Amino acid sequence: MKTHYYIIYLLFFSFLNFSAFGQNLEVCNSCEYKSIKEAISKAKPHDIILIKKGVYKEYNIIIDKPLTLLGENYPIIDGENKGEIISIHADSVTVDGLHIKNVGTSYTEDYAAIRVVKRRDFVIQNLKLEKLFFGIYLEKANHGKILNNEVLGDAVEEYNSGNGIQLWYCKNIEIDGNTVMNVRDGIYLEFSDFCKITNNVSKDNVRYGLHFMFSNDDLYENNRFESNGAGVAVMFSKRIKMYGNVFKDNWGSASYGVLLKEINDSEIIGNTFDGNTIGINIEGTNRIIYKNNDFKGNGWAIKFRGACYANSFSHNNFLYNSFDLAYNSKLNDNKFDHNYWSSYAGYDLDKDGEGDVPYRPVKLFSYIVNRTPETIILLRSLFIDIIDFSEKVSPVFTPDNLLDNHPQMKPLSND
Amino acid sequence: MLKILKYSFYDLMRSRWSYVYFFFYLLLGIVLLFLNNNLSKAVITLMNVIITLVPLIGTIFGVMYYYNSKEFTELLLAQPIKRTSIFIGQYLGVALSLSMSLILGLGLPFVFYGIFMSSAIWDFTLLLVTGTFLTLIFTALAFNIALSNENKIKGFGYAILLWLFLAVIYDGIFLMSLVFFEDYPLDKFSLIGTMFNPIDLSRILILLKLDISALLGYTGAVFKQFFGTNLGFIISTTVLSLWVIIPTYFIKRKAERKDF
Repeated sequence: MKTHYYIIYLLFFSFLNFSAFGQNLEVCNSCEYKSIKEAISKAKPHDIILIKKGVYKEYNIIIDKPLTLLGENYPIIDGENKGEIISIHADSVTVDGLHIKNVGTSYTEDYAAIRVVKRRDFVIQNLKLEKLFFGIYLEKANHGKILNNEVLGDAVEEYNSGNGIQLWYCKNIEIDGNTVMNVRDGIYLEFSDFCKITNNVSKDNVRYGLHFMFSNDDLYENNRFESNGAGVAVMFSKRIKMYGNVFKDNWGSASYGVLLKEINDSEIIGNTFDGNTIGINIEGTNRIIYKNNDFKGNGWAIKFRGACYANSFSHNNFLYNSFDLAYNSKLNDNKFDHNYWSSYAGYDLDKDGEGDVPYRPVKLFSYIVNRTPETIILLRSLFIDIIDFSEKVSPVFTPDNLLDNHPQMKPLSND
Repeated sequence: MLKILKYSFYDLMRSRWSYVYFFFYLLLGIVLLFLNNNLSKAVITLMNVIITLVPLIGTIFGVMYYYNSKEFTELLLAQPIKRTSIFIGQYLGVALSLSMSLILGLGLPFVFYGIFMSSAIWDFTLLLVTGTFLTLIFTALAFNIALSNENKIKGFGYAILLWLFLAVIYDGIFLMSLVFFEDYPLDKFSLIGTMFNPIDLSRILILLKLDISALLGYTGAVFKQFFGTNLGFIISTTVLSLWVIIPTYFIKRKAERKDF
């Protein structure tokens, strides 16, 4: 009786095994399957297609059942610039360890190296994408993961290039550990909510390192955005969390560490803005908490464009920026408190670590430069220092209630 | 000429003022570095000091030296020495001793601080180079003023006025004209405007290193070419050299024609 049970047990488990993990189909020059398409058409759901090292000249690979595509030693899939390479039309698909290159360019269809359409539970990981139009393109997909991919484009102009990782109407996507270089927008999100974008590096892109619009409740953590044509732009979104990101060396007249437009109820905490022309450009953003950020050596640490209310800036470091703050109106509804300003020249007689004289972050010169941009050439001139000083003593052009009442005497350690 | 240069140089090296000047910079460097403990901040403060103080001291010192050594100059003129070598020698003696005080005074504390290990070495070198340029320029201008004015008080007055004009008033007028004509394209005008003032020029040269991210914030194509490439650096250095050469030439011309 006992052995009988045992056999049933064994049978049951092997069946379970079979259905859950499927069988392995190998693809290589000398294997049963010579092409990936062929393997996919023969595969049953939940099979693993193991692609051995080699070059596969294929495009329009459509995955229409839940499969795992696993590359061994980075096999190359060469699309020969003919069109889209892999599109996923099934749930629970995993694509892992492939080297995909030569995606076709089209101005009517956005060809991508990998596209997911209206599916869920996919994992796209450890891919190398090269010579591409769009890299990873998710359309109305959700609950997926994009992990540790390397996207290397060759974009030169904005109009004829695509984005590295693009999300459109997606939900609950996790993007972690990817590197995106030399494409138009490194990571692009539109109408995508509840996404987690963590530990990515996006640099040397033609336009934005990160670009999102109408995407609410997203988390951006520990990413690095460096030397992008226009930095990072985030628009028309709510409840965004940006923690511990680095925005570095985004130079140019329309280049920003972060461009915030119509962002509400968000948190920007613990980020580093280093050497950007404009650290944060703020327009029409309300109720945002800026805390523990480091603004280091930027042209303008923060530039206000207008319609910004009830933002709070506290415990930030403003270190050696050419301008700490540019403000375009005399009204101020934003709060600055407990920040460290490297150009603060006050004293601390009661030794509580906070300056006894309030600091005025907006200088008259930043007002003048706002009006006549050419005057930037007089930056750090003695005359400018003199007029800045007289403005500091009695503010006429700059908002007189824009004060940090508790400027710190020593830089805060925000790490 | 070399002999005169040497004489002026040693004369100044023995004088109290070079030591005061040297110790002032030494103290400044030490205070900035060891009490502040931050290199980037120190470089910015130094830039402000160099841009305002170096021209002032160059002018005052140059005028002072000329008037003080006037009798000796007249004695020399009685000897069979070329006029050019007397005056150029004196000029170089003053300018070089001032530059030496500057370079040693600021250089020593920075060397002890460990500038050679730091990435700020180029910013710092640039500061010293512009400081030297400014010393050369303003001493030459001072000699010109002193040569054209027999009256000491007048000479000092003009020298201080010159400094005040170039350090402060020029920028004021410049700013006013930029704001006044803001409806016109001004990028070329503003660049050319800086060329006519050695203080502005050295400021730009340093800004190219320190504040390049802010300078690139302006949209003009001319600005972009000037600041975004090496062109700005090359042009500024060339024009600064012209600012040394032309006043020196005028010293020579004035000295040759002047009645003593």
